[in-house]
Amino acid sequence: MSSQQSNRVATIVINIMVAFVVLILIFLLGDILITGLPHVTLHLLTSPSQSFAAGGGIRDQLFNSFYLLVLTLLISFPLSLGAAIYLAEYAANNWLTSLIRTSIEVLSSLPSVVVGLFGYLLFVIQFKFGFSILSGAIALTFFNLPLLIRSIEGSLHAVPRSQHEAGISLGLSNWKTIKGIILPAALPGILTGIILSAGRVFGEAAALIYTAGESAPIVSYTNWNPLDSNSFLNPMRPAETLAVHIWKLNTEGVTPDAVSISAGASAVLVIVLLIFNLSARAIGNHLYQKGSGHK
Amino acid sequence: MDLKSPSKATNEDRRGRIITYSCIGIIIVLVVSILYFIASRGLATFIQNHVNVFRFLTGTQWNPSLLDSHGQPEVGALPMITTSFLVTILAAIVATPFAFAVAIYMVEIAPKRGTKLLQPVMELLVGIPSVVYGFIGLTVIVPIVRHIFGGTGVGILAGTLVLFVMILPTVTSLSVDALTAVPMYLRSASLALGATRWQTIRKVILRAAMPRLLTAIIFGMARAFGEALAVQMVIGNAALMPTSLVSPTSTLTSQLTTEVGNTVMGTIQNNALWSLALILLLMSLVFNLLVHFIGKRGEIK
Repeated sequence: MSSQQSNRVATIVINIMVAFVVLILIFLLGDILITGLPHVTLHLLTSPSQSFAAGGGIRDQLFNSFYLLVLTLLISFPLSLGAAIYLAEYAANNWLTSLIRTSIEVLSSLPSVVVGLFGYLLFVIQFKFGFSILSGAIALTFFNLPLLIRSIEGSLHAVPRSQHEAGISLGLSNWKTIKGIILPAALPGILTGIILSAGRVFGEAAALIYTAGESAPIVSYTNWNPLDSNSFLNPMRPAETLAVHIWKLNTEGVTPDAVSISAGASAVLVIVLLIFNLSARAIGNHLYQKGSGHK
Repeated sequence: MDLKSPSKATNEDRRGRIITYSCIGIIIVLVVSILYFIASRGLATFIQNHVNVFRFLTGTQWNPSLLDSHGQPEVGALPMITTSFLVTILAAIVATPFAFAVAIYMVEIAPKRGTKLLQPVMELLVGIPSVVYGFIGLTVIVPIVRHIFGGTGVGILAGTLVLFVMILPTVTSLSVDALTAVPMYLRSASLALGATRWQTIRKVILRAAMPRLLTAIIFGMARAFGEALAVQMVIGNAALMPTSLVSPTSTLTSQLTTEVGNTVMGTIQNNALWSLALILLLMSLVFNLLVHFIGKRGEIK
């Protein structure tokens, strides 16, 4: 085969493989939405789940997913913002910094089930939090930290050095420069990073099975006192999320309509994640245009 | 004016430093405590229950409640270790060509159209949660495997197919970075010598990017090795040595997710599971070291 021919063959083969990958995605999304959407009814979204009878919904699981997401972000955002500022602005180029970077890398490569088991060991058992939203949120924080730190640090680095120098030369302290100049300039990137990490947290299940638990007790949505045990805001109650619910339905197999509920729940999960993904892009673009004056 | 005490700006800066330093401090404490807790629980099998480490790693019988002929609990982790490595390696073997093809398409063949089309494709593939992959595996892949090969359809083959799609975006996006990092002058030089595009890709670009491409594969393997629920849903969850690609078996992660809830803290059944978690932890450290090692080698070149 001449080199011209092999060039042509290789190009065709690569094109076919790329088309195959695109087809996989189309098939996946098509399968999730086509088999799932017919089951997404008002009934599914507004009724509590059933363990042994057909006709259950995903109301509590859906709420738990969002609540857990909010709590996780409340804990993990300040922590990763501080850590990212340290890495981007203060860290010297020495062994300590590389040790810190290595430990963040280790954290990011830990399997989520190991992170979940650690949360189980420390928070559920040792600190006696029990299976609770709080334990779940802390476990998800571990899982979320490395991703968030990396994206925030990237956005901080993307701010031109001259802005920093301008702040310093005006006599501002380093900290004020970071707070008043660098952070606002990095905001679009930071927001995009938060939303993308929110998507990952929203779909995570392995870290939650043994921390937030696999049960969704009936809660009252009118009780706004977070200290009451039946309040929907109580962080110490067990809370099964949507992703954990899909897993449980398919592994325990005691719910008669498990397949149709999980199809519906998967569709809901994927739609929420698509919304996250699209809004991350939209916000990023919007704030970028606003901040830079580009159209 | 008081010149001896620190200025307002200095105080501000000190406060900022304290805040960021304590954040990073918390994270370091966290990583250390994860390593410490998992290691201490995982080693209990060998220290408290006196299980032989070698027998743990090579035994093929997993039945922690029973004693074997030596009077030791039957905790042979080899079935789980084998299955975990098999699905990881097979998934990497299937995913790598596709990932490289997509990366080559995005960087070398059609940079504009490729990026516009395939970037969102990869982001969506990453975004689909692992339970949804597991659910599709259970409702689509397992029946197909069952139809073609008979049996129950669960096992290594189904696990491999699910993991292939899950690690594809990871390997692809890192491969794209690897190819983009190859300097333009290498391409120009090769094309100027009269090489075709494929010759340039195969003999120049892929070679130059090889260390980083290897890193991409290892990251993908690390993800496959640690993936729990999607695999757990299609692997069959029987702690048996795999006899074929379609026999029910169990990975380290699936055994953990299935069994931890059924055991009591501090018993041998529970300790043995923590030892599996310790293997997972050590393997993720090994993957990390490999990435560093290859990265260093690549830099020198």
